[in-house]
Amino acid sequence: MNRLRTTEPLLNVVDLRKHFPIKKGFFKKTVGHVKSVDGVDLTINAGETLGLVGESGCGKTTTARCILRAIDATQGQILYRKADGEVVDVMTLDKDPMRELRRDMQMVFQDPFASLNPRMTLLDLIAEPLLVNGICNRRERQERVAGLLEQVGLRPEYMRRFPHAFSGGQRQRIVIARALALQPRLVIADEPVSALDVSVQAQVLNLLLELQQEFGLTYLFVAHDLSVVKHICDRIAVMYVGKIVESAPTNELFHAPRHPYTSALMSAVPIADPRVRSRMTPLQGDVPSPANPPTGCHFHPRCQYAVDQCRREMPPLVHIANNHVVRCHRAADLNLPGVDDT
Amino acid sequence: MTRPTDEPLLSVRNLKTEFVLDEGTVKAVDDVSFDVHPGEVVGIVGESGCGKSATIKSVLRIIEKPGRISSGSIIFQKPGEQPVDLVTLDQRGKHMRAIRGGDIALIPQEPMAAFSPVHTIGNQLIEAIRLHQKVSKQQARDIAIERLKDVSMPNPEQSLKNYSWELSGGLRQRAMIGMALSCRPSLLIADEPTTAIDVTTQAQVLDLLRKLRQQHNSAIIFITHDLGVIAQLADHVVVMYLGRVMESAPIDDIFHRPQHPYTQALLQSIPTLKTVNRSVLPTIDGSIPHPFTRPAGCPFFNRCKDAMPGTCDRHAPEAVNVSATQLVSCFKFQSDGSMERHK
Ligand SMILES: Nc1ncnc2c1ncn2[C@@H]1O[C@H](COP(=O)(O)OP(=O)(O)OP(=O)(O)O)[C@@H](O)[C@H]1O
Ligand SMILES: Nc1ncnc2c1ncn2[C@@H]1O[C@H](COP(=O)(O)OP(=O)(O)OP(=O)(O)O)[C@@H](O)[C@H]1O
Ligand code: SF4
Ligand SMILES: [Mg+2]
Ligand SMILES: [Mg+2]
Repeated sequence: MNRLRTTEPLLNVVDLRKHFPIKKGFFKKTVGHVKSVDGVDLTINAGETLGLVGESGCGKTTTARCILRAIDATQGQILYRKADGEVVDVMTLDKDPMRELRRDMQMVFQDPFASLNPRMTLLDLIAEPLLVNGICNRRERQERVAGLLEQVGLRPEYMRRFPHAFSGGQRQRIVIARALALQPRLVIADEPVSALDVSVQAQVLNLLLELQQEFGLTYLFVAHDLSVVKHICDRIAVMYVGKIVESAPTNELFHAPRHPYTSALMSAVPIADPRVRSRMTPLQGDVPSPANPPTGCHFHPRCQYAVDQCRREMPPLVHIANNHVVRCHRAADLNLPGVDDT
Repeated sequence: MTRPTDEPLLSVRNLKTEFVLDEGTVKAVDDVSFDVHPGEVVGIVGESGCGKSATIKSVLRIIEKPGRISSGSIIFQKPGEQPVDLVTLDQRGKHMRAIRGGDIALIPQEPMAAFSPVHTIGNQLIEAIRLHQKVSKQQARDIAIERLKDVSMPNPEQSLKNYSWELSGGLRQRAMIGMALSCRPSLLIADEPTTAIDVTTQAQVLDLLRKLRQQHNSAIIFITHDLGVIAQLADHVVVMYLGRVMESAPIDDIFHRPQHPYTQALLQSIPTLKTVNRSVLPTIDGSIPHPFTRPAGCPFFNRCKDAMPGTCDRHAPEAVNVSATQLVSCFKFQSDGSMERHK
């Protein structure tokens, strides 16, 4: 693929934290915090797709919402390189520059049924962001919408219809068309295909790849399904209880994971071949509550390699190879199973 | 694995179940046939709305109005006992109630629906056991603990005192399976949750079902849209589309020698751990038709690459044996003779 992939960061997230207060009693006293995001570091290079994976409740959506400032993070830096080259911290931007930046960053949600207002036609739905940003007169808007519909593989004549007349896959295309209306540079997709029928997932995945190529988009792709993530992402970050535990280029991560959690996640993926049946004991237990995480390495109660140090100290995130970081005391001496391609 | 040659435990034949609504009739299950042998895991795969749940709800006789079984038979035969046709039983009668939850148990699709939020897991388990077995409360409690041990519940006695909502996702799944096992059913039916469960929880459940099957030789019907899960668990697969069986075959044939164009296309379109990073995936055009606007003839006609206009859009193909164990419903495999009969 000849897309423009760079090693220049478009987004650099440093030590991002989001702590939700837990309030109790009549006076709503704060008695603790849910540390949903607790020191996340991420880099996304312009033009690439970064996958964010991890079990349910580990903080993926909260991270995504903080980056877009849909909610305000508690602490950290979200460094964004604008088109003119200036780097700004999204966390501290004022209202006006933030509104401008919102055009640059768009989100595609999981559920194409919930995220479209059923009383608006496709024209209104897709033109809404244009209107909000005071762009174009009516005719221009219609032309833009027609163009956008074509780009996502829908017929422009559909613009007078309402979303209920469309299938799940088509609705996700509408959502994508709307996200593209303001010509964003960064698209954050939170589980964009998991609500779709298996037979239409491939259509939407192909579309995302195609649009990236055409417009040089940068994606943060949040998902459960590791097969999908492996297919679409250049690099992958693995999250566990509010922290990044490993991040590496896709193939390296799958072939040579260095964190026991990454390795356990991969071995749990059901392989679509009855001749390759898993004999491994699956990872036991559940993700601990971010309100009360275990001491030391948060993964230690479920980790078969845990030693004393793991129970006492939180391991730091260290560079273990080019482009490969990992948060595990034993990363250097473990030889963990990955997924082989044979 | 070759198919067991003994008598099937369950034999579904030409089952039709429909929902009669004001807007029209939904043929949720349309001429479905399959067998389940003792100790066998049969996977039913298909996309949302293809009739997987309606099929097993028909087997359990829990289809509610406006739905009804309009024809077909569901023969259930425990080894050494007389066969019964579940379709002929009174849905709410004593016989069906004894079979449902006793001989045939369901792990439902909605985890929250399995348990009442106002009773402890223990009370519900004990009640379920005493509904089917003549035992004292204390004996039932012992059996309940036994079942929770069967599903590797970490602290069985303590979990009896828990409410379902107090358990994590993984443990709730386990408790649910324990509940379904309470009367040692000879057939366990698992309807996979539609909301995404974590791969880790899923792997735990698969591991558990494999063990149960080894230890107790239980037959299992496993329902899912995930081909990976099916590949890891099933012996035999039934592929459904819009209420009809497209292909039914031993697991290895489905994955390595699929014959139906739908099965083939579906397998090619899913990204697996082996697909080349960022390659263009083969797709199936269009989307699943709405049940009211379902095409005449073969339901896959309007999306099928091999469709033969004039034939596939006019007549419904019959299931034909392409081998002793592999059945395919597609005109590519039908001799002219069988097409004639449809005219
Ligand atoms: N507004 C909130 N108040 C308190 N806790 C919250 C809030 N939003 C999220 N959480 C908690 O933060 C944690 C992370 O949630 P988040 O939705 O980010 O997880 P996720 O990784 O996206 O999970 P999933 O895969 O299920 O979507 C969870 O424990 C969740 O309960
Ligand atoms: N109670 C009902 N009333 C009306 N129609 C129904 C009812 N239950 C099911 N149907 C219809 O019957 C068809 C088959 O539904 P069913 O629930 O069996 O699908 P499924 O294969 O289990 O799908 P999923 O994977 O989403 O669970 C669908 O078209 C559905 O809309
Ligand atoms: S730090 Fe210790 S407990 Fe944590 S993943 Fe590494 S080995 Fe396991
Ligand atoms: Mg989420
Ligand atoms: Mg269902």
